[in-house]
Parts: sequence; C-alpha cells; structure tokens
Amino acid sequence: MSVFILRRLMQSALVMVAMAAIVFFGMHLVGDPVDMFVSPDMDQADIEQVVRALGLDRPILEQFWAFVTSALQGDLGQSFVFGQPALGLILERMPATLELAFIALLMAIVFGIPLGLYAGLKPDSPVSRTIMAGSILGFSLPTFWVGIMLIMVFAVMLGWLPSTGRGETVDVLGVPVSFLTLDGLRHLILPAFNLALLKISLVIRLTRAGTREVMLQDYIKFARAKGLGRGRIVGVHVMKNILIPVVTVLGLEFGSLIAFSVVTETIFAWPGMGKLLIESIQQLDRPVIVAYLMMIVFLFVVINLVVDVLYSILDPRVRLGDRGA
Amino acid sequence: MTSVRTPLLRAAVAFACAAAVSAPALASDLRIGVASEATSIDPHFHNLGPNNQVASQIFDRLINQGDRQQLQPGLAVSWKPIDNTTWEFKLREGVTFHDGSPFTADDVLCTFARAPEVPNSPASFSTYIKGKTFKKVDDFTVHVTTDEPYPTMANDLSVIPVISDEVGCGATTADFNDGKAAMGTGPFKFVEYVPGDRIVLAANEDYWGGRPEWDKVTIKPIKAGPSRVAALLAGDVDMISGVPTTDIGTLKETKGIVLSQGVSNRVIYLHVDQFREDSPFVKANGGGDIKNPLLDQKVRLAISKAISRELIRDRVMEGLSIPAGQLLPDGFFGVSDKLKPEAYDPEGAKALLAEAGVPDGFELTIHGPNDRYINDAKIVEGIAQMLTRVGIKTKVETMPRSVYFKRASTGGEGGLPEFSLILVGWGAGSGEASSPLRSLIATYDKEKGMGAANRGRHSDAKVDELVEQALKTVDDGKRAALLAEATERAMANLAIIPIHYQVNTWASREGIVYTPRSDEYTLAHYARSQ
Repeated sequence: MSVFILRRLMQSALVMVAMAAIVFFGMHLVGDPVDMFVSPDMDQADIEQVVRALGLDRPILEQFWAFVTSALQGDLGQSFVFGQPALGLILERMPATLELAFIALLMAIVFGIPLGLYAGLKPDSPVSRTIMAGSILGFSLPTFWVGIMLIMVFAVMLGWLPSTGRGETVDVLGVPVSFLTLDGLRHLILPAFNLALLKISLVIRLTRAGTREVMLQDYIKFARAKGLGRGRIVGVHVMKNILIPVVTVLGLEFGSLIAFSVVTETIFAWPGMGKLLIESIQQLDRPVIVAYLMMIVFLFVVINLVVDVLYSILDPRVRLGDRGA
Repeated sequence: MTSVRTPLLRAAVAFACAAAVSAPALASDLRIGVASEATSIDPHFHNLGPNNQVASQIFDRLINQGDRQQLQPGLAVSWKPIDNTTWEFKLREGVTFHDGSPFTADDVLCTFARAPEVPNSPASFSTYIKGKTFKKVDDFTVHVTTDEPYPTMANDLSVIPVISDEVGCGATTADFNDGKAAMGTGPFKFVEYVPGDRIVLAANEDYWGGRPEWDKVTIKPIKAGPSRVAALLAGDVDMISGVPTTDIGTLKETKGIVLSQGVSNRVIYLHVDQFREDSPFVKANGGGDIKNPLLDQKVRLAISKAISRELIRDRVMEGLSIPAGQLLPDGFFGVSDKLKPEAYDPEGAKALLAEAGVPDGFELTIHGPNDRYINDAKIVEGIAQMLTRVGIKTKVETMPRSVYFKRASTGGEGGLPEFSLILVGWGAGSGEASSPLRSLIATYDKEKGMGAANRGRHSDAKVDELVEQALKTVDDGKRAALLAEATERAMANLAIIPIHYQVNTWASREGIVYTPRSDEYTLAHYARSQ
C-alpha cells in the first residue's frame, strides 16, 4: 500500500507542476494585472515603478523560473493585491470554506441516505415519488438562484436566519470555527444547505438505485429466508453494499464542494477561499490563483487517496497495491 | 456575480419587499454592507477606493474632503503659500491619537516619509508626494517646498491619511492589519479586522470634530448586489452602498427603506482614436480600408450629436445619470460654466458626416468593459445603435475589465492603444479639473508624466500649454479660469466625447440618512439617524 501511496503522490506532483505552468502562462495572456490596481492619477513613471517592483517587466519565462525556484523552497509568491504571501492568504480563509464544505457533506449524508433508502425500499409510494421529484429540482436549479431564494424566504420574509456573512467564531486549536456557537450555526445553515442541495439529490439517487439493485440480489433473498429481521437486512446487508458508490462519489464531490463553493460564498458573502479566488481572478492576482489551484489539485489527490483507502476497508476484495494507478 | 438578475428574482424581491422589514439593531450601532472590500487597514498600502474609504474613518488627513470633495480643514487648520515655492500648514493643536498620544508636526513628517515607501504596495501615494520637501518649523507648523510653484498642494495632501509617528511610521502593513499600528486621529477607532468578513470600528470619544453618533460600526463586504439588497431587507445591515440600478425602483416603493442618491465625480466618456491614419477597427462600408475618419473633428462631433444622452439616462440608467458636456459635474473647481451637454441631433450628425466626406458613414467597432462602471455594457450597446442610425454601422464588443484595460492601453502594435472607439470612465480623485485634463487630454508624454490615460492620443499644443500654465498658477481664480479655458478648447475639438456623470445610490433603513459623496465613498460619519 505504501508503494501505491508514494506513486500517487509523485503523479500528483507532476500534475501540480503542469497546472502551475498552464495557469501561470494563461494568466499572462489574459491581461496586465497592473492595469487592474494602479490608481488612475498615477503618471507613466509611477506605473513603471509598480511594474518593476512586482517583477512584471521581466520576460515571462524568467518570471516563471523565479516562481518555480521559490516554489521549490515552499514560497508560492506574494499576492499583487494584498502584498502578503499567497499561500498564507488562502490558508487564512480555508477554515471557513472547509467548515462550510464539511457541514454540506454532512447534510448530504444525513438527508440523502435515509431519503434514498426509503425511496429505494418503497419505490411506488407517493412519498418516494415526491422525494425523487424533489431531487430532480435539486439537480436542475442553478445554485445562485436557489441561494438568493433561500435568503429571500428564510432571511427576508420569515426573518428566521441571517442573510449573509459568517457568525461568531470560537478558536479550536487556533482555528476559528463557527459551528460551535449559536450565532455561527445560524449563519451556517443557509449557505451549507445551498451548497449541499445538489449533493443531497445526488446521494438520494445513488442510494435509491443501489438499494433497488441490492434488494433483488440472491443474498438478500437468502437472508430473508433465513429469517433475519428487516432492520438487519437493510442496516447491514443493504447498507454495506450501497455505500461503496456513495463513498466514491461523495469523496470526489467533497473536493468540488471545497474547490467550487465560489458561487455560494459570493452570494452569502461567506469569507472563504472561493470568494478570494473569484476576486483574485477579476483582479488578475496571479500568485493567488496559481497557489489556489495548486492547492486544490493537491486536495483532490489526497481525497482520492482517502477514498481508495476507504474502499479497501468497505470491500475486502479491493487490494490497493495490485491496482497500479 | 453582480449580474445575477432574473425576472423571477426581481419578482421575489418585490414579494419580499411587501413583507415587513425586520427589526433593526440598537440605534447606536451601524452596520454597513459595502460592495467592495478593502485589502488592508494600512492607509498607505494601496491608493484604492475601498481602502481609502476605511482609512477615512480611522485616520484624518491634513485637509479633509467634504461630500463634494471640497477642501476642509482637517489636521491642518489653515494653509497658504508663503512664497512662490513654499506652502505653510498650520496644524490643529490639542488633537490626540486613539492611544492618547498628542498629534504634532513629527507625525506629519513621518507620514509623508512613509507613504511612498510601503513595501509591496500595488499603487502607492508617491504620485502626490514626489518633488515635495517637508520641513518642521515648530510643533504645529510645517513648510512644504517644491522646485516650481505648486498650486494643487492642498488637493494632493488631502488624499494622504496621517499616521502616528510613535506606533505607525515604523510599522509594517501586517501591524496595521492586526490593529497594533492602526492608530489614527479620525472619528472612529479600529477594533477588529476579519479579512473577507468584517471591519469593526468604535466611536472616538475625543474626536476633535465632535464625538460621532455611532458607538460601533461594522463594515461588511457583500459583493453580490442582490445579496446586499437582501441583507438590508432582512435587517442584517442598516445601510448598503452600490444599490444595483435594477433594484432601485422596487426599493423606492418599499416601506422602511430610504434611498440617498448623489452625483459622482466620475464621468463616463468615449475616447476616440485620433492618432492613426489606419485605425484598426474603422473600415469603409463593405469592409475595405479607409483613412481614419475619426481624425476629423466633424466626424467626432457627429458621433457626439448622434448620441441621445437623455435616452441613455432614461432607458439604460433608470434615471441615474446626468448628461455630461465636460469632464466634471457643475460646481467642481475648474469646470467651465459655458459647456452644455451636446444636444441629440441625428440630422445634424448626418449633415456633418456628409461635410466630412463620409455621407454614407463607415463601419466601426466600439469596445467597452462589462464589469467596471454602472451598466457599462448596456451603454455601449445603446451608443452603437444610435451611431448605426446616423449611418456609422457600429459593432459592439465588450469584455471583462481584466482583459479590456490592457488591450485599451497597450494592446495594439508597438504597445499603442488597440481600439478605435472605447467607453471609459474617470473619477477625479483630487476633485478638480486638472486631474482629468492632465491624464486624459494632455498629449501623451512619458517624460512630463502627462496624458498617462490618454488612450485616444488626442494632442493639442494649446491645451497642453494651458494645462501646464494652470498647474503653475497659484492664484485660485486665475487657475480655475485657465482650467476652464483648456476644457472648453478640448471639448470644442472633441478630445473626448463625454456621455454622463454617474449617480450613485445608497439605501438605508428608515431612520438613517446618508449624505452622498461624490467620491463614492461610504463613510459611517456621513450617516445620521433622524
């Protein structure tokens, strides 16, 4: 297994380098960051001085080389806009995003699996039909629209929950988290649900499909014939077999929850890294964009690795070492 | 995400507005939802609107700018030139910083030494400081000398926040962000800064201008327009800036919401390629090459006459613009009282085109940003239709500002501006006419630092001379006359084609009134409870 993990990590290093190069040169083609942040009153000499100070006057290959050499020493460069280390800016906003993504994942599991199981066990009941119809909505409604609607209904009209922002935080091991305070939780619910909606629908559909398939299997019939209780059949024999696809998909989707919470964070003014990314893209803040995407690639690799390990635990037939890549 | 607008959404806003607005927080707290976020608390880190806006509440300047950017005594009680090249500033006595230490000339000197030298600054204040020598005469008198007469001294110094010699001048940007060095003399004290989420300020009890009304101010960046409006309706904030034009109509009808509107110092205008015989986006009818007709003043005038500024105001801007005939709205220093917005006259435009030798018009592409100014892309589309009506067949191309500005400034061959006709905006930070004149209209000249944003490369030696002369004339009356004369001449030649001045909108819950500022800043001490 360690060989497997090592090989995975080496592959990911290659992907990260390729990613950095593509983004680095891509951003160069898009536009000139200096145009984004110089003050209009500055004259030509002042502007040139900024260009020089940021190292943007040098040939692009030379800039890339400088980036690579310092990246190897763990320095991913300084944000043009904030003047702070890019990685630090991202890490500073990471807890907020991770928290949001975890709660959304939790919601996907807590709502998705029971609902999907029910719909799978009683496919023809009106409740199941409603669940399935709801999941289609969850899939097809655009996130930004749902987000605004959630704000409109729960914050503006009913006044139950706050509309935007992150509530009160407490430090746990030096990391600010908001789910431990009432105010924080209230702020979390809407954005987390907005982010989770698509995943809930996904889990419902996966669980339902899996349940229907597994219920027809011989071993279920056998278990029934053996006289096992319904609870045990569903809880152990069905659950264990439908969880494999659910875990795989959720694993992958967790990555996208973190990486692409951009829309939800923007709508709910959630101070996470997604908001930082979109603002950095608008301002052409190359160091932040490169660092962010490299980190996301790394994150995806790690998550996939964890998923594979979980796999081998859930299904003893899977042996990681043999599977090569 | 500012373009999240659907008919359904609008319906929802209308529906929600019918519901009562939730109960506000304590009257002495003010929570503001702002459209753009400051990148630092360090007032000298980045000369940028959102940063300056935050700095204006914690720090004072020697000379503060009022709601129409008129110069008001700040930390200096008076200022005057004592000879051709020296200005004397008398400082306010008895002012203390938030930590209780007294304000003196040393703070002023160290401020102007630090401001241009902040490491990693993307745009420093050096533009306003270079060429000036600061000298302390006594604790409350400072002399500033320049090599040549320098009339805009007070305007220049009215943009730079004054920090404390003791804790601020040796501090890094990080020290400001965690509050250690964020010690000013302004109406509010720094309390907390959570990047991306909020900035919290508290009243400065000992403020020299009188204690501010709000005990606690929370500034929350909410970038998405609909979310900002929703936060106000939900009662999560008391006031928002940058109300999206599409929501203004609905908010006006909403009980419990008040709007404040005010003209901005930002003029939206067209820059016209006036330096190339073969302009890249001008073609003869049918697509052949043609000698750039935009070089002809008559054609530029025809374009100006073809545009109905009233129609753009009513249909595109929902009433939120003021048709422009020059570079700054009425009432600002150095504007001409003779210039009026060009009247809509399509027949006159056609006649001018015929006179200029292009009776059947030509083909043109107009370029503009789509995420920079209020309704920018829609304005460009409207102008294109109007030009097409008089025979100039106009295509539209809009793009995000991150792509647009590079191409508009240096995207063409040899690092020249790429486009032929572009929509741009200019906000005069110093609040007087020399700012747009020297940057947009004066001949592009690297050596002199003139015409830095002159993307049409208009060049008129007479205008240059007038502007340069004005920039050396200390007498206010004479300088204003020179600036007005330069503006009149430039407008007669259509150096740029002004469209309108932007009108900005703030919305607040009932009981709070905001005094709109022409620099578009949202400042807690300009909000008052009724």
